[in-house]
Amino acid sequence: MDEVLRLRGITKRFPGVLANDRVDLGLLRGEIHAVLGENGAGKSTLMKIVAGMLEPDEGRIELDGRPVRFSSPRDAIAAGIGMVYQHFMLIPVFTVAENVVLGAEPGRGLRFDRREAEREVRELAERYHMEVDPAARVADLSVGLQQRVEILKTFYRKARILILDEPTAALTPQEARELFQVMRNLAGQGISILFISHKLDEVLEVADRITVMRHGRTVATLRPAETSEQELANLMVGRAVQLTSVRPPVERGPAVLEVADLTVQREDGRPAVQGVGFAIHAGEVFGIAGVEGNGQAELVEAIAGLRPAAAGRIRFLGRDVTAWDARRRALAGIAYVPEDRVGTGLVMGFTLAENLALKRYFLPPLARRGWIDRRALWSEAKGRLEAYDVRPPEPGLAARALSGGNQQKVILARELGSDPELLVAYQPTRGLDVGAIEFVHGQILRLRGEGKAILLVSLELDEVLELSDTVAVMHRGRLAAVFPAGEADRERVGLYMTGGRERAQEEEGAGR
Amino acid sequence: MRGATGRWRAALIPLLAVLLSLLIGAVVMLASGYNPLPAYAALFVGAFGTPFNIATTLAHSVPLMLTGLGVAVAFRSGLFNIGAEGQFWVGSIATTWVGYAVGGLPPALHVALALLAGAVAGALWGALVPGLLKAYTGAHEVITTMMMTYVAIQLSHFLLEGGPMQAPGYTPVSPDIRPSAFLPLLVPRTQLSAGLFIALGAAVIAWLILERTTLGYRMRAVGFNARAAAYAGIDVAATTVLALGLSGAFAGVAGAVEVLGVNHRLYDSFTAGYGFTAIVVALLAKNDPWATLGAALLFGALSTGASYMQLSAGVPSQLVDVVQGIIIFFIAADAIIAWLLRRSRNRKEVAA
Repeated sequence: MDEVLRLRGITKRFPGVLANDRVDLGLLRGEIHAVLGENGAGKSTLMKIVAGMLEPDEGRIELDGRPVRFSSPRDAIAAGIGMVYQHFMLIPVFTVAENVVLGAEPGRGLRFDRREAEREVRELAERYHMEVDPAARVADLSVGLQQRVEILKTFYRKARILILDEPTAALTPQEARELFQVMRNLAGQGISILFISHKLDEVLEVADRITVMRHGRTVATLRPAETSEQELANLMVGRAVQLTSVRPPVERGPAVLEVADLTVQREDGRPAVQGVGFAIHAGEVFGIAGVEGNGQAELVEAIAGLRPAAAGRIRFLGRDVTAWDARRRALAGIAYVPEDRVGTGLVMGFTLAENLALKRYFLPPLARRGWIDRRALWSEAKGRLEAYDVRPPEPGLAARALSGGNQQKVILARELGSDPELLVAYQPTRGLDVGAIEFVHGQILRLRGEGKAILLVSLELDEVLELSDTVAVMHRGRLAAVFPAGEADRERVGLYMTGGRERAQEEEGAGR
Repeated sequence: MRGATGRWRAALIPLLAVLLSLLIGAVVMLASGYNPLPAYAALFVGAFGTPFNIATTLAHSVPLMLTGLGVAVAFRSGLFNIGAEGQFWVGSIATTWVGYAVGGLPPALHVALALLAGAVAGALWGALVPGLLKAYTGAHEVITTMMMTYVAIQLSHFLLEGGPMQAPGYTPVSPDIRPSAFLPLLVPRTQLSAGLFIALGAAVIAWLILERTTLGYRMRAVGFNARAAAYAGIDVAATTVLALGLSGAFAGVAGAVEVLGVNHRLYDSFTAGYGFTAIVVALLAKNDPWATLGAALLFGALSTGASYMQLSAGVPSQLVDVVQGIIIFFIAADAIIAWLLRRSRNRKEVAA
């Protein structure tokens, strides 16, 4: 196969950071080439250079063996390079066709030929097997379909090299599988794809070759058949990483959280959680698996005190806390790591010190009679940032200046720092890279070892199976099944996740 | 160190906005046949040339400082209080009433009581209707504070035009407040009263509240991210009411200071629209209490210098309105300035 794109010695410096350090990379025709690396490894910078958004300080780009220079994305597009960003650049109120042709509309003079646009887009979608209705409004499409529109945009501009920046980050597992199918089709038609990811299983599944980046350098280029998740993880992080956590046996203590007949409503009054009941004991990780939108968010918020219970009881350490507000529950020892770090877990404009104080800013020693003691705030923050290995451990830094993994560490430092009895963690590793996931899992198991109770709600089935002593499956607001760790396997749990409750029971009945 | 340079960088954009506005103002002058150099010289002399001019500039800045602080405090809590004008009015009304109707008090006490009346009136005007509506029904404060401004202005018409606060006679004006409620003048025969110290004190209070108290912490948390604040157990609704109340209190004190220090009575339509200029002041100051003082001084100087500029250089004082308008434009579009800055920096890097 011939090489369509070759990067030679690409170097890019930002003030204080060497984002790309003499990067070499080759892309073959019809190849899916994954660029794997932790957040901050320089993947996105490299892709922006290829897409003409940034100019390299050193090194050169060759297309079909000829050196090229891009001084703007326009140059890159003209050369046949299309990029799909993690955050889509679509106009929601426009139709699919309008979005695809935007900037290169068919028509004469000022007249826009909508029908011609729709015809062209339909043709394009058929050619590349990406079904989508050209007349649909983008706002009405799922995230997965919006992504197709983005991809179609690049093909409308005659792209032969497609760059996908963390394309699965916002997709459901189902949508991700469809995307991989689309990618394989495209590669089969001679399109070359650069696929940026930090998810090991994905790159192993879909890529023809994998280039691993670390600290701005390419450390290796491998074929999936020749490598493993373990090797890739080690290369990414630069040390031996523990991919799977070991749960040492822990003696189970008394019940810490008891939920009985809990019903929780959505904003529109429809029930999101219906008559759920379970108990979590000291030293137990209670995992809830399920597809997004089956009531997990509402269940978690009800336990944290952010959403009222329409019916049922919540007991914590033997006390009925159903009527308590969020603050009272937090102070009583319920820690809560929310799903949305940026929108809920942190105040991005606050300093780390202020974020660490978010739940106790009014209590001594942080405050006295309404006055905040800045020195106490800072010295406490300093200690916690160091204890939880937040980098950099600067109490005065704004939360938004940190990477996702370090932001999550700040949340953990706040939530676990005040010695809770129960941790409610909802999607605690969403969007994190391998090193940070290892850290979060380690903290959960440390708590378990200390005899605390943990409620782990995650959409990542493997995460639930790996960490939990008890695995429950949530489906349509109910706990469809509860297994002890030993009896939960991917297939059984997966079946309940997709609502195959009856089917699952039938099969188990037949098996007996 | 990092904090200090960060602060300078943050100040750079508003400063550039002002300089650019003056520059464009100069172009406008040139285009309309005036020489900008003597005009700006006159503007500066008019604002700062003599002790009298300085005192007048400061006097014009005081109400802008106080209303600007009010708007800034609301902004920091994520609330857009554009009703400082109305809160200024009700503050003036309450203060005037305490000023003439309450007698027999020693001066210090009378002034304090009158100021308090202004603060409370402004606070209620901000908190009671807009605050509660925002907190419990979600009604947007931009609408409600604005509407409450009209209510306040109509209320003053009602009170003064044949209403209970009209002084005997035919002019729509209240009785004079008692001398015991006068704020002492700092410079004789000017409008500069001890209200200046009240404005400076208010900046200290605003800063202390925002940066050093748990209330300020709550307000800023809600302002940055109400979801995260609620998640942390902060009562967002109560904080909203308090923040709009506090904001209104500053604007109410501004009205009080105008009555006690300058006018000594309430006229029909006596304001110069301070409550509206206050929005620009707060924006220019990026809602920082100290910077609000500076921004208010700038606008005080522009309005004071404008009339002298017209007199001595013959340039219509409306040109200052043009400059003010352009400042507003650049503040609103500070992305443009940030972009210009980035570009010049990139150029430098390329040159190096």
